Amino acid sequence: MPSNYDEDLTRRPEGAAEASTAQGPTSPAVGRDEWVARHGERVARRSGWLGTLETRLHAVPWWAWLTLLVATACLIPVFSDSGYVRRVAFDTVVFMLLALGLNIVVGWGGLLDLGFVAFFGIGAYAYAMLASDQFGIHLPSLVAIPLVALIGFVAGWLVGLPSRRLTGDYLAIVTLFFFQLFLTFTNNGDDVFGHSFTNGPNGILNVDELSFFGRSLSTTTSQGQFAISYLYAAVVLFGLVYVALHLLNESRTGRAWRSLREDSLAAELMGMPVNWLKLLAFAFGASVAALTGTLSAALNGSVFPQDFAFPLLITIYTMVILGGAGSQLGVVLGAILISVLLEVLRDPGDARSLFYVLVLLGLVGVFRLSRRLAVVLGGTIVLGFVARSVAGSIDDRWTAGVPNGGGRLASWAADWVIVPTQLAGWIAPATYIGLIGLVLALTLLHGWLRIALLVPTLYLAAFVWENVMLAKPEPTRYVVLGAILVAVMVVRPNGLLGEKRVEII
Amino acid sequence: MAEPLLELKGVSMSFGGLACVSKLDLFVGEGEIVSVIGPNGAGKTTLFNLVTGVYEPTEGDIRFAGESITGLEPHAITRKGIARTFQTLRLFLNMTVRENVMAAAYGHTHAGPLRSMLRTPGQRREEREIRALAEKRLAFFGERLMGYRWDQPAYSLSYANRRRLEIARATATNPRLLLLDEPAAGMNPRETQEITELIGQLRKEGGYTILVIEHDMHVVEGISDRVVALDHGVKIAEGSFGKVATDPRVVEAYLGTGGMARK
Repeated sequence: MPSNYDEDLTRRPEGAAEASTAQGPTSPAVGRDEWVARHGERVARRSGWLGTLETRLHAVPWWAWLTLLVATACLIPVFSDSGYVRRVAFDTVVFMLLALGLNIVVGWGGLLDLGFVAFFGIGAYAYAMLASDQFGIHLPSLVAIPLVALIGFVAGWLVGLPSRRLTGDYLAIVTLFFFQLFLTFTNNGDDVFGHSFTNGPNGILNVDELSFFGRSLSTTTSQGQFAISYLYAAVVLFGLVYVALHLLNESRTGRAWRSLREDSLAAELMGMPVNWLKLLAFAFGASVAALTGTLSAALNGSVFPQDFAFPLLITIYTMVILGGAGSQLGVVLGAILISVLLEVLRDPGDARSLFYVLVLLGLVGVFRLSRRLAVVLGGTIVLGFVARSVAGSIDDRWTAGVPNGGGRLASWAADWVIVPTQLAGWIAPATYIGLIGLVLALTLLHGWLRIALLVPTLYLAAFVWENVMLAKPEPTRYVVLGAILVAVMVVRPNGLLGEKRVEII
Repeated sequence: MAEPLLELKGVSMSFGGLACVSKLDLFVGEGEIVSVIGPNGAGKTTLFNLVTGVYEPTEGDIRFAGESITGLEPHAITRKGIARTFQTLRLFLNMTVRENVMAAAYGHTHAGPLRSMLRTPGQRREEREIRALAEKRLAFFGERLMGYRWDQPAYSLSYANRRRLEIARATATNPRLLLLDEPAAGMNPRETQEITELIGQLRKEGGYTILVIEHDMHVVEGISDRVVALDHGVKIAEGSFGKVATDPRVVEAYLGTGGMARK
């Protein structure tokens, strides 16, 4: 290649100059572009404090966010000495790690991997086998953890091998089958040609605690509470994985992954070995999942097949999609939100506060601070008191019920919402279906009619929430999670921090 | 005639028994600009797909720089020095303009995942080189693909700029042979004039051998050392633009036999 090409390409090509003089002033000057030269005048920014905030937030570097996250996680024990809160923090970090792993495969590689949880399971089982009485092996953690990461890497590679030519639905179904295979094997692994590998549904018990330099980290404190050292171990692992993956993404390999997600044929023709890169994405995702499995197995001291079920897969996918697949910070944020939400919704008192705050935020988001907001809010509150006093004057028992769970809002809610002592059997399904009907009707109406209908809808929603949903917190968690997911996806189809994506123009 | 860089010998390709390219012989000399013309469906893009390894020929042999590349995977062919653009643009739309070009340097760079995660000095140096290469390749198109555009997503570009970006991306693979599939399609007369000049410039400054598919006869006339005309997968004429353009078989392929007129 002639050297002048690589030395200076910015100068105006000579050939172009000759051509333009030969053909008069109308011929184009190569590379002139007024549009580009004056782009500064056309940059669109949101005005006001929101716009300023947006610009400022975009300028914060990734490591600052990471530091903030790690610092917050480490400070949790300072603010709360409750073993429950600390344990939830640990589980959240585990979810953050899993979301980071899935993000490699789904967010960067664009591969729909429904077998992801199996690699989490493989990691947990591998650690359990390498550090327990199962085979009489007791490896120290500094040996076992890298070894498990390697096992996960190889497992991901092997699963990728037969599926590397598949994309989309086909890949999804093959990996889903692999997941099922994993569950079947762990459940029936107590008798493999007469040998017991996994102890079947009984699981592997008495798994070693993490141990570094001969000192083992106890999983519980002297009071039998969750030991904080495991939270720190998880946070350290999270920080390392986050940095490593960020650097990987900002490299030749990361660019190639994103290229094959965008257009795998074009990537292949631009010199990127697409099949190899897919295997690599699978293997890295699996490795992170397996690594996370060690934490989980070591803390619980046991592994069972049912720890790695389909709901876990769905939860991790929800985190990645809600946060914005492809954005590391996004999926971590998704993991924190979902994990904390699922915990908050366990307690009816906390769930109640969350519900009313979300409804209020939603209304403000839709109407802003306008007259219509005042009408809707005022109307709903007045309707509540009127309806309650009317119901109370007909029959005392209709309003004499006690709201589910405690919390500051409970007594206030009991003064406003009709809470009967005994709910007739038909009321729960009738109001629930009625609420769905009202919401659907709302989407068909416009203008003041919609606002007029919104008032009874909100009150009915509060009634259903207090009497039906809070009475059964467990299914309610997932219903609310689903509703939040739908709402977020409508407002931000690419997830909270996902970049705007364009498929075809 | 210069040393043949690309040589096709008796290459045939059929899809489900339908011959799309049959017994095609073609050669492109080092440093030449050769245009392939022909009506739609003549097999021009199939020819490109055969050369770049998207399809494997059902018959015949394709040789590049003296060695057979038949049956190699596309990325391996690209690494040997053949790069292409696409008739229907295939950019990495949700990546930035600079990243599009940087990604194409994959084939001739080496830092693996482990070195990337550890940010070794060698990897950092290579990364700087890739970045500089990408910016240089984009700078070839003057201001159009420079400055703030580097960090814009590719989907924000206009159609003509996307065509330019595709060429920049292809050159970032450091090819010897550049295959351009309708580089002037969808461009206005000014831009067409500009692309004609740029193709000459690419050979002069980059030293690439160029095989180009083009429908715009002004472009073909302006750039070609040699023109090859295809129809129904068969080479019907070859030679200078003047000779091919007036060849009765080429005229017939484009305009029909005139059977209606005779009636």
